[in-house]
Formats: sequence, C-alpha cells, structure tokens
Amino acid sequence: MEIPQEALKTNKKLRSKKQANKLNRLLIYSLLISLSLLFIFPFLWMIFTAFKPENEAMAFPPSLLPKIWDWDNYKEVFEVVPFATFYKNSLLVAGLGTLGTVVSSSLVAYGFARIKAKGKGIWFALLLSTLMLPPQVTMIPVYVIWSKLGFVDTLVPLVLPAFLGNSYYIFLLRQFFRTIPKEVEESAYLDGANTFQIYWKLILPMSRASIITVTLLSFMGFWNDFMTPLIYLHSMEKYTLAIGVMQFQGALTVYWGPMMAASTLMLVPLIIIFFTGQKYFVQGIATQGNKG
Amino acid sequence: MHAFVKAAVFTMDGIRQRVRKEYRMLSKNRTKLFYMFTFPWIAGFILLTAGPMLYSLYLSFTDSTGFGAPQWIGLENYQKMFTEDPLFWKSMGNTLFYTLLSVPLSLVTGYLLAVLLNAKVKMIGIFRTIFYLPSIVPTVATSLLWTLIFQPNFGIANAVLDFFGLPTSMWLLSEQMVKPTLVIMSLWGIGGGMVIYLASLQEVPVTLYEAAELDGASTWNKFWNITVPITSPVIFFQLIMGLIGSLQVFTQAYVVSSGTGGPNYQSMFYVFYLYQQGFRFFNQGYGSALAWVLFVIVLVLTVFIFKFVGKQVYYEAGD
Repeated sequence: MEIPQEALKTNKKLRSKKQANKLNRLLIYSLLISLSLLFIFPFLWMIFTAFKPENEAMAFPPSLLPKIWDWDNYKEVFEVVPFATFYKNSLLVAGLGTLGTVVSSSLVAYGFARIKAKGKGIWFALLLSTLMLPPQVTMIPVYVIWSKLGFVDTLVPLVLPAFLGNSYYIFLLRQFFRTIPKEVEESAYLDGANTFQIYWKLILPMSRASIITVTLLSFMGFWNDFMTPLIYLHSMEKYTLAIGVMQFQGALTVYWGPMMAASTLMLVPLIIIFFTGQKYFVQGIATQGNKG
Repeated sequence: MHAFVKAAVFTMDGIRQRVRKEYRMLSKNRTKLFYMFTFPWIAGFILLTAGPMLYSLYLSFTDSTGFGAPQWIGLENYQKMFTEDPLFWKSMGNTLFYTLLSVPLSLVTGYLLAVLLNAKVKMIGIFRTIFYLPSIVPTVATSLLWTLIFQPNFGIANAVLDFFGLPTSMWLLSEQMVKPTLVIMSLWGIGGGMVIYLASLQEVPVTLYEAAELDGASTWNKFWNITVPITSPVIFFQLIMGLIGSLQVFTQAYVVSSGTGGPNYQSMFYVFYLYQQGFRFFNQGYGSALAWVLFVIVLVLTVFIFKFVGKQVYYEAGD
C-alpha cells in the first residue's frame, strides 16, 4: 500500500518536533543544574568553612572541603561569646512575637473581613497605607517613647508591638477570611452563636493553612530582624542571634571559622521550619501578590 | 458546636435553604463590635504609627539630641540638609545607584528564573527549593558569608577569577565595586520573588497558549504578548515593593562595612546615614528630618509609579 504524501510529511514534522522537545529538555536541565550549583555553592562554602581551622579558612588558593573536620569552631562560638544566651533571646523574641502577631492579626483581620461598621473604609485605607510606610519615619520617636518608659536595652520593644497586630498579616488574613462563604457564618448566627464564638470555633479552624503560613513567616521575620535589636539592645546578654553572629567580625581581625559556625547555627532552625512547613510557605507567599 | 461545624461545612444546600438571599447579621452595621475586634491594631496605629509620625515631624523642627529639652529651630535642619551636608547627597546618590541597579535586575532575573522553573520536567520541585532557600537566610548571615566569598586575598571569588586568568577585584573594599558587589549579593535572594512570579505564571490559562500556537505564534511572541501582560499585576506589585525595599537598604551595607559605611562612604546608604545620625550621634532632630524627606520621596515615587507604570498593567475584565 502506498503511504500518502501527507502522512509522510506529518511523520517528519512529528519526529522533528520530538527532537526539538528533547533538545529543549536537555537545554532546560543543563541550565537548571548549572544555576543550581551556583546557588547552592555559597551554602556549602559556609558549612564547610565552619569546620576549618583559621589558617585553612584563610588559605589561598582556597579549597572547598576542609582537610580535617574540626569541631573547634563550634566550641569556640559558645565559649567566646554567650551564644546560648543569644539563642535563648532569639527564641524568646521570635516565639512571643509570633504568638502576639498571630493572635492579634487574626482578630483584627476578622473585624475587617466580616463586620460592617461606620468608618471601616477609612481605617482600611489607613491599614493599606501603612503597608508602604517606610518604618524609618517612626523609628526615632518610637525609640524616644521606649527610652522614656525605661525599656531600652530590654527585649520589650521587640516583642510588645507584635500584640498590636501586623498590617501585612492583617491584610493577608482578611483576604482569606473573605473567601469563606457568608452562609456558613449566617447559619451559625441563626443557631444562636455570637460573633466571637464564630470567629474562634468556626473561622479559625477553617483557616488553618493561612494561620500556619502567617506563623511561619512571622517567626522568620522576628528571627532575622537586625535593625530593631541593633537599636534597642546594648548589653551583650540581651543580644539576639542577629547581632550575636556579628561578634566575630572584629575591628581589626575577623574570625571566619567561628563566624561561619555561628551563621550556620543561626540558620539551622529556619531550615528545619522551612522543610516541615514547605507547602505553607509557598502557598502563603504566592497568594499575596496575585490579586488586589 | 462541633456538630454544627460539620453541618455548616458539609451541607451547604441545607444552609442555603435556611439563610435567605439577603444576609442578615453580616449586612448589619455592628460598629461597636468592629472596634472591639480591631482595637489592638487601631491602638497600635495611634501609639506606634500616627502619633510617632507627628512627633517625628515636630522633632524635625528641633535640635533634639535626647538630652535636655529640644529647642525649636524651624527649618534649620532641612536647610542644613540641602545646603551644608555633603553626606546627605552622597547617601541619597548611593541609595539611588543601588536601587536603579538592583530593582530592574532582580525583577528581570527573578521573573526569568520563574519562567524557567515553570517548565514541566521531572524533579522541578527540588530545583525550585534550591533557588528559594537562599531567600530565607537571615540578611546578617548572608552578608557575612558573602564578605568571606568576596574577601580579596583568600576569597573564592578572586580565586576563581585568578584561575581563569581574569582580573581580580577588591570587591567590598573597593570604592567603585562595593555597591555593584552588594547588588550581586542581593541576586542570591531572587528566589523570594521567583516564587510569587511562579504562582502567577501557573495561573495563565493554557488555552491562550494553545490558541496562539494555532495562529503560528513563536516562543517570543507567546512570552511577550501573553505571559507578560497576564502576569503584569504581579510584576507591578513586585516592582513597587522592590523599589520601596531597596530605598531602605541598610543591614547588608552595615554588616559588610563593619558599621562604617565605607570605603569612603561609598556604602553609606540613606537609611544607614539616618541610623548613624539618629542612634549613634543622637541628632534626633536631624534624623527625624532625614526620615521625613525619605517618606516624602517614597510617597511621590509610589504615586508616580502608580500613575505612569500602572497604566501598562493589564487586568482581566471584571477583576
């Protein structure tokens, strides 16, 4: 039987398309792998340097892997500075701060989401405008306030404001609360529930994913915060990890090994949090940029 | 309550039968209740935002140093700032340079990375994680790490350049290179923006691409005329946030220069200068004036961008 011309032409097209696809995929993979190596490399450098004695860390030409796996740097980190105290302070600030943020932000978010009120529009507009306010405008006067109250060099200015809500997370949660069908709440009202019960026993359980996202993002924010601790914390026992990790950068010498060890130690909890809560991270960060 | 939660979630029809079309409680004005729920934030707004903003405006017209009573000096701070303070202009210039370099670069590379990571290949999830991970590293740690990498004498950056016979650099210790180096450092963190672009890319209807392919559209055509316009709201959002963020760059510069803003004030960004004035030298009045100038700049810039770039953003009908 003769194969019609059309079929031959289509076959050729299909084959070349398949080849193009294979080439495409090869290209994509090679790009991905080479870029990934570039992105991972600094991590590896940090982790491996933490195991090198100082002369090896400063050796030229540098080598990636340490010759011997020396744990001395990690020991030094805890001996030269009160690193355990830094850790405790960071955990305290991040833990309490996150608690305050989540509790207050979700409460306020529900108010904005489902409670009609006079003047609500104005307050919401103000909320949105604070999202774009540079914090430096309020930095100095807020410091003056805390100073007059005697709370400079304590962890209070770092933690207390969290209990008054965070505009960013209030907005995020409000957007999510509004996606819960109104009928669900109306039905609860008909059953005799009051607003707080609805918020506590209905809305919150249904919003688990968003709340977890806010918890994770908030914790990370507190953990990484540098400027606020820099401004308020003056004595070493009050330092958080963000400031503590810089102690190895002296005016004249830098202690690279311990510095990298300290940085790795600061990073570890975040990596753990990220991998356990991975899906919440991506979902939460991704949704906030999408719709208005 | 537990049983009623189940009922609410699983029998929407039953609920709709009970609740009439016009919602009851949720359409009533419950003003007092609203203020009860939102009072933490409103209190915070008054005590930590609005109040301090007004106070800082007042301080900017004084010579307050945190010691002794502040004296009213009118516009003297602003006058000094614009005419007698070279560091004001230097720090502003530094910040603008950094912003103009890093914002477009981060935007483009982050977006293209997202396009690459949108590919449907096996194990793409692992790659996405690899690119996202650097963005969760604390800025302090990142800065210290890159200080090591860019160390002129034994850092890996110069080692690699030297290996290929290429010219080496003083990187963060060079007056010309310190800001570009900071921009390079910031690119390690594009994973954060990439994730946002990725989510948006995944919402572009595949049917649009299919229709375009039927019309013979090239890859570039599809990208420029479908992908970019449909994801433009997210790009716009990232542009604004990126702009506002880089105008406030501080931590990296502080860590990398060991708090000096050097070499020769080349890494003294605006907020860095503000911090130095307000919290090192305790020129609280002057610092407040600097803060208000920043605020006005950000405000004007944001309005400007909304007006001009905002027009280019494509919105789905009925969005």
